Amino acid sequence: MDLLDYAFMQRALLAAVLVGITAPAVGIYLVQRRQALMGDGIGHVAMTGVGLGFLLSWSPIWMATAVSVLGAVLMELIRWYGRTRGDIALAMLFYGGMAGGVMFINLAPTGSNANLTSYLFGSLSTVSESDVSAICVLAAFVVLVTVGLRRQLFAVSQDEEFARVTGLPVRALNLLTAITAAVTVTVAMRVVGLLLVSALMVVPVAAAQQLSRSFAATFAISVAIGVSVTIGGTVTSYYQDVPPGATIVLLTIGAFVLLTALATPVARRRARAAAAAQPAGDPAECAIPATRGSGD
Amino acid sequence: MSFTEGVMDTKSETVISLRGVRAELGARPVLRGIDLTVRHGEVVALLGANGSGKSTAVRGIIGQVPLSAGRIELFGTDRRHFRDWGRLGYVPQRTTAAGGVPATVTEVVSAGRLSRARFGVLRKADRRAVRRALDLVGMADRAKDSVDALSGGQHQRVLIARALAAEPELLIMDEPMAGVDLASQEVLAETLREQVAQGTTVLLVLHELGPLEPLIDRAVVLRDGCVTHDGPPPRALGQHALPGHDHVHPHAPAGAEPIRTGLLS
Repeated sequence: MDLLDYAFMQRALLAAVLVGITAPAVGIYLVQRRQALMGDGIGHVAMTGVGLGFLLSWSPIWMATAVSVLGAVLMELIRWYGRTRGDIALAMLFYGGMAGGVMFINLAPTGSNANLTSYLFGSLSTVSESDVSAICVLAAFVVLVTVGLRRQLFAVSQDEEFARVTGLPVRALNLLTAITAAVTVTVAMRVVGLLLVSALMVVPVAAAQQLSRSFAATFAISVAIGVSVTIGGTVTSYYQDVPPGATIVLLTIGAFVLLTALATPVARRRARAAAAAQPAGDPAECAIPATRGSGD
Repeated sequence: MSFTEGVMDTKSETVISLRGVRAELGARPVLRGIDLTVRHGEVVALLGANGSGKSTAVRGIIGQVPLSAGRIELFGTDRRHFRDWGRLGYVPQRTTAAGGVPATVTEVVSAGRLSRARFGVLRKADRRAVRRALDLVGMADRAKDSVDALSGGQHQRVLIARALAAEPELLIMDEPMAGVDLASQEVLAETLREQVAQGTTVLLVLHELGPLEPLIDRAVVLRDGCVTHDGPPPRALGQHALPGHDHVHPHAPAGAEPIRTGLLS
């Protein structure tokens, strides 16, 4: 594997694998609570953070983390308090975030829209040493939350009202989910870009659902898909000179199509197994009673 | 509670107490001063037409609806300071136990055990309690199946098993029979009978008494946010009282306006 001889490829692959793990790990809870597009909204807000980073000459990745965490908390509070016109408030936040990013980066002495593009669509080969350490720290946080609190997050995402009656700190867990999603967005920003982040959070989960019956299996399969496509996309982009972010997302969608096609025979086999397990004398299929002929 | 206490003492212990409870949804008053007491071991049905406030009353008891006046106590503790959630099992008004991601029956029911499990770690005893809860509702053979593959009545049985997983002393159920076929209604009634026999206190919102009628000690009827009846279950009148009329409408489309009984509306 000659590509591992290059330090920039080692960094790129490490970053890609971490994104492949964290994005579906958070995404599964967002899909479970039917907020699949939350990652997309956070991605828009994170643009303001990138722009601010350039304007103030601070690290764009940490600045984006700070701003997207703030945005995610704001979204959660809007969901909590402003039930009536929540969608309008969210739209303001999304497009305000995007416009803010473009504005700040153009005000910055060193910035231009070209810089922004590398954050919008990812720029895996330019991931620096300090980017990698930031990504490692953030990814560790995401894994700790999504695996360590899986039972609590499952309960809250499955049925919020019931979770509150079991005494879980539902509001805190919701905020934690939002913050974790925001952190994941900035982890994935350099790899697939802010505009494509949400695809890696949602599509592997949707693909895994085609095969799985349990939450645990869906979690494992979607992370496996995430890691496979991020490694696959990175390696492909090295040999074929195609943009890694777009390659990764297209591979993810390919995995979804493949698993959907596989799901039909699997479901059929399961149905057959269930029919075989039926006790005798309990027909699995409808039958016309013997006393009735086909002619009547 | 210890076993050394006299039966009479536990019998008279107040489990739920509402005093002068008022609540508004938006600007509309939904509860206008409700008094309600449920004692240990009682089975109390909250009845009333749509919009009478029965669901709001139950959601107020578990802290889902803010009160504008009045006081609620659970096991003698002010509801705002009540933290002992493992003593309470709640069945929300739902037609499905499924979320946006596949989950097995066991995974969903295990969520009900979190009130007893410290830091969300399920030990052997917790897993046993989950299995027992599945046995109680007759769903043990479906434990590993996805909840997506269940019928309406089975969803309701899963939701009840989730509440029973905590081995609660008090069960609060919001329309547990809604959208449930007759066979599942009988299973649920039997489950409830066993729980009541073991001393569980039950408060349930019902649209009609149905197969639960023989279990119910007391009926509280709400109308426009006020209690209009508190006593023995009201007798069915007219054709509803005819033998064989079990007053179940399992074929009504989900979400349709339930048929009003002259008695309750």
